[in-house]
Amino acid sequence: MNAVGVDLKKLRAPALLLVLLLLLIALPHARPGYAVVLVYTILMYIVLTVSWVLFSAPTGYVSLAPAAFFGVGIYTSAILGMKLPLPVVICIGGLASAFLALLVGALTLRLKGIYFAIFTFGLVELIKHFVLWYELKYTGTRGRFLLPVGNNTIYYVMLAILVALLLTTYFIKRSKYGLALQSIGEDEEAAAHTGINVTLLKIITFAISAVFTGAAGAIWAIRLTYIDPYIAFDVNNSFMPVLMAIFGGLGQLYGPILGAVVFSFLREVLITRFPYYYMLLIGTILLVSILYLPNGLVGLIQRWRRRIWGGQHANT
Amino acid sequence: MVTFLNIVIAGLLLGGLYALIAMGLSLQYGVARVLNVSHGEFIMLGGLITWTLYTAFGVNPLLSLAICGPLTFLLGFIIHRTVFKRLLTSSESRGVFESNSMLASFSLLFIIQNIASIAWGPEIRGYSYLRVPVNLAGAVFGANRLMTLGFAVVIGVAFYLFIARTRTGKAIRAAAQDPAAAGLMGVNIDRVLALCFGLGAALAGTAGMLISLCYPVHVAMGLEYTVIALIVVVLGGLGSIPGSFIGGFALGIIGSVVTNIDPSLSLIAYYLIFVLLLLVKPTGIMGR
Repeated sequence: MNAVGVDLKKLRAPALLLVLLLLLIALPHARPGYAVVLVYTILMYIVLTVSWVLFSAPTGYVSLAPAAFFGVGIYTSAILGMKLPLPVVICIGGLASAFLALLVGALTLRLKGIYFAIFTFGLVELIKHFVLWYELKYTGTRGRFLLPVGNNTIYYVMLAILVALLLTTYFIKRSKYGLALQSIGEDEEAAAHTGINVTLLKIITFAISAVFTGAAGAIWAIRLTYIDPYIAFDVNNSFMPVLMAIFGGLGQLYGPILGAVVFSFLREVLITRFPYYYMLLIGTILLVSILYLPNGLVGLIQRWRRRIWGGQHANT
Repeated sequence: MVTFLNIVIAGLLLGGLYALIAMGLSLQYGVARVLNVSHGEFIMLGGLITWTLYTAFGVNPLLSLAICGPLTFLLGFIIHRTVFKRLLTSSESRGVFESNSMLASFSLLFIIQNIASIAWGPEIRGYSYLRVPVNLAGAVFGANRLMTLGFAVVIGVAFYLFIARTRTGKAIRAAAQDPAAAGLMGVNIDRVLALCFGLGAALAGTAGMLISLCYPVHVAMGLEYTVIALIVVVLGGLGSIPGSFIGGFALGIIGSVVTNIDPSLSLIAYYLIFVLLLLVKPTGIMGR
């Protein structure tokens, strides 16, 4: 009986995920229209958040570069979108971001954490101004237009990117590379002494996380239909993944996902309901969650669960 | 020769502002350990308050310093007392506090910017004050811009003397080196940290008032100044106040040279310098 119980428990999580995936695949047929747009927006934020977590959570380096990778994806799509088929454009968007990440990583990942955060924060502004300067000087336009594609296509592409990202994250976490990354976050010098090529590992992981952010940007560009440097390289896209991950809780993989789902849904609702007070409300929620939920939503859930079911045990 | 002089003086004028902004951020990071992403919002508040006082009540912009400074100081002081002090006690290590406080300051950016946009709206505001040309050995500049440099230097030097010579300054320096030991030596550490954050905000507010003398101000102007302040602070060495002062002027002169070639390239040039510096000497000019 015991063996069966263990087997069932092991199967429970994958089965649940499979059902969820099937439901997500079926959604556009059951509820076309706004629901699809809402869900792929949420999926986009999950992609951004999880790919941020992939690099920053184990290593402890706070990257504020997601907006840069996202923007590179957007511009790849804007430049190549009409010339190449969609899957190719999205792959190139991901690769272009990864290339940028390799470059930035090689330059800065030897530095201490705080310099890395400052550097990546400024990187977004740099690329924004560079693209703006280039567009005004050489192409003579400020923004670009894209050919719209059906909402369902965007939805399925975003879902595919998310599934690929989750599988990658899962396998990295399970492999010895995941362990090595974890050890970098705990003590970088000790990790180096055990024979881990610390810098190389950091750079590669940074690039892998950028692939998915860039790919998401490439498909998001099509949803935007009009882009300019200020839209593409919006600094909010750097902070949102970080805040969503913290909001959900970094301890478990499902924490950032939960954070991204709850927060991006909240964001959509607040933007449509209170367009003039939306930033104030979002800012307040974030501030309160940073102050009062140090372990995020996951910490809150665990605390409640202990309170409800764990009454007879001592809280240790 | 005149163009050369023109460029250098223009660089010094710009550099004074940069130095002032960066000193505030440097104080906030160097002592209170808050990488304040909302620094530019305090600049924006200073600028818009000055604009309102001048256009609605006719208050001399220079006099409004007596209002902007204390107001932004108080705001910063209260924010540190309520938000960052709580974070400081709940974070288990310095690294955790640094990343948490940065994120908290980002949510402050949202809150402050939204309140400001409710109060002032999205319009770009400007006013004209002391826009009389002054001839400096052949190079012509507006009196308002020269005034900016004068103020920046006076405030910068006064601030340096405050840190270097007074008892409170000594407490601030002690808190920057080792907060725990400073606390044991009888420094009221909470008060000193809040004071530093408030002073940083006040420097930003003052810079905002000076910026409004020369450039138009609007609600979304903060971020660009935050980025410049970050670059200057790294250039001068994280946490070093004299370093920020020197770094500000260095960046100002570089900016002025680049602006002479192509104005829209200046921010890109700053960033290239920043990259080179990080590669060669990440601790900055005055860093150890």
